[in-house]
Order: sequence, then C-alpha cells, then structure tokens
Amino acid sequence: MTTTTPPVAAGAQDTSGTSTRASRVRKRLNSRTATVVAIVIAVVWTIPTFGLFVSSFRPEPQLKTTGWWTFFRDPQFTLQNYQDVLFGQASGSGQLANYFVNSLVITVPSVLFPLAFAALAAYALAWINFRGRDWVYIGIFALQIVPLQMALVPLLSFFSRGVSVGGVTLMPAWNLDGAQNFAQVWFAHTCFALPFAVFLLHNFISQLPKDLMEAARVDGATHPRIFRTIVLPLVAPALAAFGIFQFLWVWNDLLVALIFAGGSEVTAPLTVRLAELAGTRGNEWQRLTAGAFVSIVVPLIVFLSLQRYFVRGLLAGSVKG
Amino acid sequence: MNFDFADQAPKLMMLLWGLVAFAVVVGGLLVLLDAVPAFFARRREAQLVAAAGGGVPLPRRTKPREGLFALFFLLPTVLLLMIGLVVPAIRTTLLSFMDGGSQNWVGLDNYRWMFAEDAIVRVLINTLVWVTLVPLVATAMGLLYAVLVDKARMEALAKSLIFMPMAISFVGAAIIWRFVYAYRGEDQEQIGLLNQIVVSLGGEPRQWLLDSPLNTLLLIVIMVWIQAGFAMVVLSAAIKSIPADIVEAARLDGVTPWQMFRQITVPSIRPAMIVVVVTISIATLKVFDIVRTTTNGNYDTSVIANEMYNQAFRYGQNGQGSALAVFLFVLVLPIVIFQIRNLRQQRREG
Repeated sequence: MTTTTPPVAAGAQDTSGTSTRASRVRKRLNSRTATVVAIVIAVVWTIPTFGLFVSSFRPEPQLKTTGWWTFFRDPQFTLQNYQDVLFGQASGSGQLANYFVNSLVITVPSVLFPLAFAALAAYALAWINFRGRDWVYIGIFALQIVPLQMALVPLLSFFSRGVSVGGVTLMPAWNLDGAQNFAQVWFAHTCFALPFAVFLLHNFISQLPKDLMEAARVDGATHPRIFRTIVLPLVAPALAAFGIFQFLWVWNDLLVALIFAGGSEVTAPLTVRLAELAGTRGNEWQRLTAGAFVSIVVPLIVFLSLQRYFVRGLLAGSVKG
Repeated sequence: MNFDFADQAPKLMMLLWGLVAFAVVVGGLLVLLDAVPAFFARRREAQLVAAAGGGVPLPRRTKPREGLFALFFLLPTVLLLMIGLVVPAIRTTLLSFMDGGSQNWVGLDNYRWMFAEDAIVRVLINTLVWVTLVPLVATAMGLLYAVLVDKARMEALAKSLIFMPMAISFVGAAIIWRFVYAYRGEDQEQIGLLNQIVVSLGGEPRQWLLDSPLNTLLLIVIMVWIQAGFAMVVLSAAIKSIPADIVEAARLDGVTPWQMFRQITVPSIRPAMIVVVVTISIATLKVFDIVRTTTNGNYDTSVIANEMYNQAFRYGQNGQGSALAVFLFVLVLPIVIFQIRNLRQQRREG
C-alpha cells in the first residue's frame, strides 16, 4: 500500500560534509519549514474526512448539538447510526444495505466488459497488421474528448424507443423493468469507458517485446492464442490498473446511474441514494455521516490495497501521453 | 431489520446473467477465432491431399486473413462506441437545433437562449471560474506538496493522505464538506468546523453555501481537495525522474532550494504539469455531482454540466439541454487540441 519509495537521498549527506555551519543551519531551518508546511497541508486534507468519520459514531443528539471535536473531551460511541442507515425501517432511514447490493451489481459487469473488450481491441491495434489501423486507433483515442453529456439524451431514447430508420425498426425498445434496468447501466458504463481503456491498455500492450510476438507467430500460434497465453499474463498489471480505475469510477458515479438506473430502490446505487438523502434530509447528520462512510468504505479498501497499480495506471495514462 | 435476502435475489440473478453474458461473449469470441481458422486449415489440407492425388492444379494459397482477425477483435469495441458515443453525439448536435420536445427545427434559438438568459449566463460565468481556479490551485497545491515531501521520511504515508480523496465519490466528498460548512444559529454551539473556527476567532457564523459568490468558491475548494492528490502523484513521479546528475551539479554550484525549484524542477516537469492542468480542466468542465449534492445548483452556484442535466432530464427541454452539452464539447475541444500540439512538440524535441 505504498507509492514509489525512493532510496534515501544520497546527496543530502555528501553536501553536508563540505558546507559551512551557517548553511547547514539554514538548510535545517528550511527543511523544518518545509516539514511544517507539509504537515499543515496533510492535516487540512485529512481533517474533513476524519471529522465526518468521528461524527458517524456519535449518538444523534450529541452529533446535532455539539461539534465532533468535543468527542475527545466527552467520548460517546455508538453504532446506532450505521444500524439505522443500513437496515432502518423508516422510509427516510436510508436502507442503504439494499443500495449497497445495487452498487455491487452495477459495478462488477461494468468493470469486466470494458476490460475484456478494450484488451482485445488494444491487442488488435498494436499487433495485427491491417489497413487503416492507425485511423481506427486515432478515432478511438479522439472519442475520449466527447463529454458524457453529449451521449445521454440519445442513448436514453435508444433504450426506451429502440432504433428505427424510415419506419423500419432496426432495434426494438429494450422495455426493461425492475432489475433488468441494470443492463442499461452496464451498457452505458461500458461504452463510456472504452476510449480511455483502449488508450491505456494500448500503451502497455504495444510495448511488449516484438521478438516475443514474432517468435510466437513463427511457432504457428494464432492471434487468439497469443492474446490468451502471452499478452494477458504479461499485461496483468495494466489490466489491474484499469480495473481499479474503472471500479472507482463506476462505484463513485452519479450521473450515469441517475439517468440509466433511475431513482428506484431496485437499481439505484449508493451514490444516487446518498445524494437523495443529502437533498431531502440535509440536516439529519447522523444518517449522512454514516451513509457517506458506507459508500466510501469499499473504494477506500480497494484504493488502499491496490494503490500501487492505480498509480502506475495513472502515470501511464498521463505522463507518457 | 429491513434487509431481506430474498429481496436481493432478482438482482443477484441479474448479476449472474450479466456474468454469463460476459463469459459467452468474450469466451465465445476467442473460441470462435481459434476454432474457425483451424477448421479452414484442416479443409485446406484435405483439399491439398485430394489435389495431389487427382492431379488437379493446386488452388492458389490464400494469405492468412489478418484483417479478419482484426475485425473480430475490434468488433465489440467499435460497435459499442458507435452505438454509445458516436451516433449519440451526432444526434445530440442535431437535437440542439430542435425544440424541447425534439419535434421542430428551431435553428440557433437554443444557443441564443443560452447567452440571453441571465440565469444561464450566470452558469457560464460560474463554469469559467471553476475551470480557471480548480486546475491552477489544484496543480499548485499538488506541486507544492510533491516538492515538500520529496525524499522526506514517511513519504508514502504523507502522499497517501493527500491522494485519498481520489477514492471518495464526489457525492461523498460533497457530504464531507457540507459538514465542514454546516451552520447553526448564533446562540447555538457550532457543529461545522469552518463556522467553529470563525466563531472562536470572534466572528459570526455564516450560512456559507447560501451567499453568492462565496459559495461557488467554497464548492471549488471541494474539487481542489479531490484533484490535488492526482496532481501530486503525477508531478511527484516527474520530479523523481529528473536526472540525478543535473540536481547534483546544481547543488555543487550552491543554488538555494528556491533557485533549484525555479530553474531545475519546474522546467524539467513542465510537460507533466501541462498534462495535469489539461486533465483537471477537462474533469472540472464536466463536474456535476458536487454542485448537485451541495446546493442543487441553487443560490447562483450552477455550472454547465448541472444545468444540462436539469434542462434535459428535469424540465424535459431536450433542445436546450443538448445545446449546453454541445457547448461543453466546444469548450473541451481547444484544451485537447492544445495538449495534442504540446505532445507532438515534445516528441519532436525528444
């Protein structure tokens, strides 16, 4: 769970031997200011989350009348908020356990589909020779800049009305109801994730050693075989990187879910429910604090345990360009 | 307890179907591509044997059909992108020239409306403020922190703290910060941290999220809080890749830390900085969740992405919503072109 840890700076000791006493003092002072500033920033960044976290364990009356920092003077601890917000009977309680399942059901296929399709496409674009290859790649790459918002209205009508050209129905309306609505969300997330996924995986797959691929071809391996037995194992870290990206993005998404999953109890994910609670019950902090943590905990675990891969994917996607 | 596992059964069934579909589509594709060429290869062999026996001229050997493989490998992606992005984007552009119900052509009316309506102009200005401030402040914070903790003790932990908000949903982040901004009357004890600080400094508590234009700035703080970690990670990696001999040479020349930063660090990581600024700018243009969860776009805080949602999905004004979406696209475009140019320039130099 660490980011890249560099070897301790060798230069620091080298120079200290030759520098004068005054400059040593100045350097220590400088580094002390630096440390203080860094700590201040870290504290400012962490305190909001920490405050909410502490609050989520405080009993409702305390939570609503005193600041969370009084917890340290007068610690009162309860799990009631979580109990309420997850399983409560009252309609306004949140009943988040239900939505938690929805989030899971939405997320798993929405990660798997784009991962598989993008890996196939990235392999084809990197290692199969065909005419127009560069143009296809540029086209997919360019689609990254189309904002999601550009696709929402027509895609929704595609699901609800189908496609017909000049009176001929090319595709009937999906007419989904209840749990079937998940299919719409999977579809939308998959489409929206593909350009970036292809771009990211292409970065990795195209860097595999050429000799390896050619040797496999000479041995008579077909493309599907090379893909399965050579490429997939070698780019597993990249797949993990994108998988984490996509997981966080889907789990944390509000817009796509709001439009394609609707607000119903059956399909809406945690984010939609939480936004709803924030809107209608904005002052019921005992629910919002606990609810926020219910929604944060899974991505946080994923993030903290797989941070290394996440960072690697981030860097491949942004620095190398 | 109001959680019945039986209620979850249809959803889990649906999930199972999704996974089955996944296995069938992806597995099927690979098996198909493996089996079909093998079948043809066998048939060809049989033909060859027959031809050799019967003295018939050999059929011309066809080259392995690379293109066919490529087609099938690319098929799902290209198909989905067509249905999910290309065609919808074109349709949205067309819809932006039609009225709310997508029935009649209205020409540029929707665009005129965008710049004539005071409320919408306000939205455009807000978006401009967001997209100027967030990338600048987030990148600056990220850079500052990356430099400060570089080679410090417990660097990994220090970085994780700043990076963590990246894992939190915008909705979660909005709730976290709403709690910081929470307001209680003057006679009561404050529960929001910000008001508590103000009160303990002798000020009066304020309804932070209701006062325009301050509220927009406070929402921007949330976005900066989320994005600074991203900037920090990327810039930190760039700083670490500065060649050690350059740093060493500068140090031997006796530069101060500030000179080192200005003359060595910043020029070396310029490309990474541009990428960070561009990426955050694009993310900021599309920001929607924060505004919706904190103020729902009220009190003059709305931005284009939020207004687009309101128009198209709450007020049923597809034309106006689409026009806003197209406008968003137009705003993203120059930023991206700038980045592509930069990358090409780097390639040429490098």
